[in-house]
Amino acid sequence: MSFSSWPKWLMLTALAIGILVPVLVGLGETIWAAFGILPALGRHTFSFSAWQQLFELPGLVTSLRLSLVSGFGATLVSLILALFGSAWVYNTSVKESFLSKVKPFVQAILVPILAAPHAAIAIGLAFLLAPSGWLARLFSPWLTAWELPPNLATVQDLWGLSLMLGLIIKELPFLWLVSLVALKQIDVSRQLTLAQSMGYSHTVAWCKIIVPQLYPLIRLPVFVVLVYALSTVDMAQMLGPNNPPTLALATMRWYNDTNVQLLLPASAASILLGILIAASVLLWEVAVRTAILTSKVMIRSGDRTGKYSIFTGVLTTALPITVILGLLSLLVLALWSITWRWSFPNALPTSWSYHYWLQLITHVPLALQHSLIVALMSSGLALTLAVAWLEVQDRFGGHLYKLTLWFIYLPLLVPQIAFLYGLKVGFLRLGLNGSMMTVMWAHLLFVFPYTMLSLVDSWRALDKRYLQVAASLGRSSWHCFWHIKISLLLRPLLLAWAIGIAVSISQYLPTLMIGAGRVESLTVEAVSLASGADRRLVGVYGLLQALVPLLAYSFALLLPRLVALKK
Amino acid sequence: MSLELRSLSATTEGINLFSPVDLAVAKGEVACVMGPSGVGKSTLLNAIGGHLSTHFGVTGDVLLNGQKVTHKPVAERQIGILFQDPLLFPHLTVGDNLAFGLSSNVIGAKNRRAQIEQALEQAQLQDFYHRNPATLSGGQQSRIALMRALLAQPQVLLLDEPFSKLDLDLRHTMREFLFAQAKLRLIPMLLATHDPAEANAANGPLVILKPA
Amino acid sequence: MTLHVNSTLPKRLGVILSLLAAGLLSSLGYSATASTAVTTTDVSSAGQWQQTLEQAAGETVYWHAWGGDGRTNDFITWVGDQTEALYDVKVKHVKLSSTAEAVTQVIAEKAAGENTNGAVDMIWINGPNFLAMKQQELLHGPFVNQLPNSKYLDLSTNSAASVDFTEAVAGLEVPWRLARFVFLVDSKRVKQVPLSMAQMLIWAQENPGRLTHPVISNFMGTTFLKQALIELTPDPSVLQQPATEQSFALATAPLWRWYDAIKPHLWRAGKSFPENEAIQQQMLSDGEVDIAMAFDPAAAAAGIASGLLPTSARVFVPSQGTLGNISFVAIPYNASHTAGSKVVANFLLQPETQAHMQNIDVLGSFSVLDPNKLDAQQAQVFAALPSSEALPTLVDLGPTLLEPHASWTTKLKQHWSQRYSQ
Repeated sequence: MSFSSWPKWLMLTALAIGILVPVLVGLGETIWAAFGILPALGRHTFSFSAWQQLFELPGLVTSLRLSLVSGFGATLVSLILALFGSAWVYNTSVKESFLSKVKPFVQAILVPILAAPHAAIAIGLAFLLAPSGWLARLFSPWLTAWELPPNLATVQDLWGLSLMLGLIIKELPFLWLVSLVALKQIDVSRQLTLAQSMGYSHTVAWCKIIVPQLYPLIRLPVFVVLVYALSTVDMAQMLGPNNPPTLALATMRWYNDTNVQLLLPASAASILLGILIAASVLLWEVAVRTAILTSKVMIRSGDRTGKYSIFTGVLTTALPITVILGLLSLLVLALWSITWRWSFPNALPTSWSYHYWLQLITHVPLALQHSLIVALMSSGLALTLAVAWLEVQDRFGGHLYKLTLWFIYLPLLVPQIAFLYGLKVGFLRLGLNGSMMTVMWAHLLFVFPYTMLSLVDSWRALDKRYLQVAASLGRSSWHCFWHIKISLLLRPLLLAWAIGIAVSISQYLPTLMIGAGRVESLTVEAVSLASGADRRLVGVYGLLQALVPLLAYSFALLLPRLVALKK
Repeated sequence: MSLELRSLSATTEGINLFSPVDLAVAKGEVACVMGPSGVGKSTLLNAIGGHLSTHFGVTGDVLLNGQKVTHKPVAERQIGILFQDPLLFPHLTVGDNLAFGLSSNVIGAKNRRAQIEQALEQAQLQDFYHRNPATLSGGQQSRIALMRALLAQPQVLLLDEPFSKLDLDLRHTMREFLFAQAKLRLIPMLLATHDPAEANAANGPLVILKPA
Repeated sequence: MTLHVNSTLPKRLGVILSLLAAGLLSSLGYSATASTAVTTTDVSSAGQWQQTLEQAAGETVYWHAWGGDGRTNDFITWVGDQTEALYDVKVKHVKLSSTAEAVTQVIAEKAAGENTNGAVDMIWINGPNFLAMKQQELLHGPFVNQLPNSKYLDLSTNSAASVDFTEAVAGLEVPWRLARFVFLVDSKRVKQVPLSMAQMLIWAQENPGRLTHPVISNFMGTTFLKQALIELTPDPSVLQQPATEQSFALATAPLWRWYDAIKPHLWRAGKSFPENEAIQQQMLSDGEVDIAMAFDPAAAAAGIASGLLPTSARVFVPSQGTLGNISFVAIPYNASHTAGSKVVANFLLQPETQAHMQNIDVLGSFSVLDPNKLDAQQAQVFAALPSSEALPTLVDLGPTLLEPHASWTTKLKQHWSQRYSQ
């Protein structure tokens, strides 16, 4: 433990206090409550009664099933679509067609869906697919002969399919863009050329050569997607079944039940959810390893053609449909935001109004202000911390240090419900009640890992030789750092920052629970309004929520170009 | 199996990148393409192999045993290629890399394994089946890359300055190995190079690429 | 006392003086009928209120209230504007999607030992949430009698304002808004409304998939079930007593029979339910169902006025009557701004405020004030309020049914979940 590596130890301490401790404290309180200890309700003795109660609550098994099916299903399908989408982008051998003209714009098309909060997409999709929704209205009554909406379960169906669709729509752009970034680290075109020259078709070559190299690079984002899919509350509320609902939503309901004694089985349920998630991640990893072994056998057989044509056909249709549904969900929110009255079966609103947008100018400012302040602070701090962590790793490195990466990702791998309530109590004990700083800290727990995720690969991929050349020319390490590293990495840095903003804006539970009403937020307003089901208000807030990150992304994409032009 | 190029050139926006090439390579022969750097040797090879990016067009023809293959997709041309870097697939062992390349005409796990072991012997790398490609030296990787390309039973093999990163001695050894394989398997090869010694040793048709 | 709509009103001095005067006058009025001892107490209560006003000046009250209705939100903002102008008390509306969020916050604060600087100053609350907070001793008070405007309320022992879900209010919460369970219907599509639960069963059989209710974990869903229970149970008086396993089984047998019969004819065959009543009203507007429910008799008129419901939306009640309840505001035991909260609560009871609230163009909720306690001028303000076709009068709403004991609600939820939530 040398003194000269003090930055390393400083970083380790900062991470431990800033991230590990809050999560553990939060989990601790929840675990206490799960085992019967909740002094505020006069419960002081360790017992398993909360668990007993939990297992007697009706519908638990169905909730578990729903969570697993929608969680795994959504993750698997979005992954497959993302891999397929990446293959398409890299397929240079296809003749020029309408779709191939779209290729340079893929990022731009996906960004709005990426930037929009989950809740906004969920509401939009729910309206799109509902029996009285936009799709039905567009085709009624001239095609469907429906004068009244049919009694079909197209949304909130009992199998959780609409929930899966919503999750896929939101996670596909994320995985796709993450894959495209990771692929820059692999010499894709030459490897594909080699494989094709040996007789393999593009798709088979992609599956056998590129995907196995790509997957380890996106393993963590995939886990993040899996965890979110299993623990989502806002999407489940809008799109998932509700009698009984997924485990996460059921837990939320038990937390909010008027019978406060249910707080104990609710805590047990969130621990159960945590266990479920850990088991799922393990199961997924086992499945992946098995798939790798199976694929080795297939590779050895040298089979070049593959019977993939049906698959490719399905995927070729599924991919654009998913993206289009995402864009339509946002469009329909925009439509609702300027509607006055819109009844079935009219394809467009029957009367329009700017009323809510005008009202916004008088009523929103504080929520917008607070959201912006928290987002800017947390994303700025997260970026600084990420850069500091990476720089310290470059200079001082170490195995132990690498492991701290898992600390950083910990908040994403544990369901929010499981530790936020406990964290709130913990903060209260320290006298840190509902202030902007504590909310920012809570946001940081989630913004930091996403910022890291999006920065790590580009940072590591930076050619060390630039720095070696600079160092050999006698430049100080600070100079190397600033003028070379930072300016070369400007684009990924700004993107990571923009992602941080998006994540912060869409945080719901943290602001709600830690802010205690003192800190306002666009998302909390939006969800509260959504419980009133005035789609016009929701349309306005949903769009506003998406606008801020969109601006951040645009800034992140344009600034490097301006800088380059100046040079 | 023979390779013929008739007035072949790559174009971008209708303009030729280099002056059209005419060439005939018989089986077992090793032809060479030479020219100043940047003139388009790699592009020529890409045009022959069929893996030009869509920015480029092709004029002229490529014929394999008299059949035109100019517009066939890469996977159907049976024209192998070897790049400057061996590009062994990092997620597969040495043996599996070879198995990947081994033509699907060879059926049966036992047969295939036998062929791969034979190839390893020819490359003087017996017992290397389970090795991780990253642990091999540059020369060893090049040998494996070559065997992989050959196991795919291509009709023609293109080589884009494949040995330029190796030291002189190694280069000489690899060259001899290559020519021997060409004669053994009776396939025409086209070697892009800027080393006159290599062109001499190949003792085959020579094309000097000129700008358009 | 007149209400000032624009903040041109000056001197708190003027207000304080007039309040003092009002206090003195009312104390004189009391002394005419009561003993001198009472007089002394009331002069000091006027003094106490005076103190409260002084304490409250400059405070910002964080009022945690459901934020799902734009018009209610606007009304709360209006209240804040008024109290700021009159008493220099600001109101911050913390929008909740469910009251339980505020309750959980107070519990957490108690757990952490935060007994003086709570984040929640005032909660829009009633029923089960009130019961929970009262039982856990999380409320400040009793304080209703401290509010001068409580004189307009009927606070006699069994009045609606003194009992919340059979639980004695005990001065721990202040009423501000009247609620009656009503059904909403699109009069264009439904010509003959079912006027009892039995008729509703027949109606559902004739119109499959056009009726539903919110999930039972939602307040409205439970209320629908209770409404059916009261109508169908053999002896309604049993419901006023705490439920036992036997009495519950006996009383609810007809209810479950009826529910089993109606369930297959509900929307989505009774396997899926809307999250809350607002979403169900949206479904009514979309045409997915023909009947919705609300706690606000003015819901139809309000919905039409704000474009959320078609112009043919109307309210109806079963002929036997419906459950009614009152929306209250309560102050947590650890609120940071108790004085300010009391001032706001008092302002809500102002007759002019109540009339403004009852105005269909503003909110349309019925007032909680006892009409017998209003003087002629105040009564006139109420009479002059605009009306609408879709707006029923109190008379139209028929009798109010008595709320069952809270234990019935808990058991109903449990049993319904066990039967239908697997």
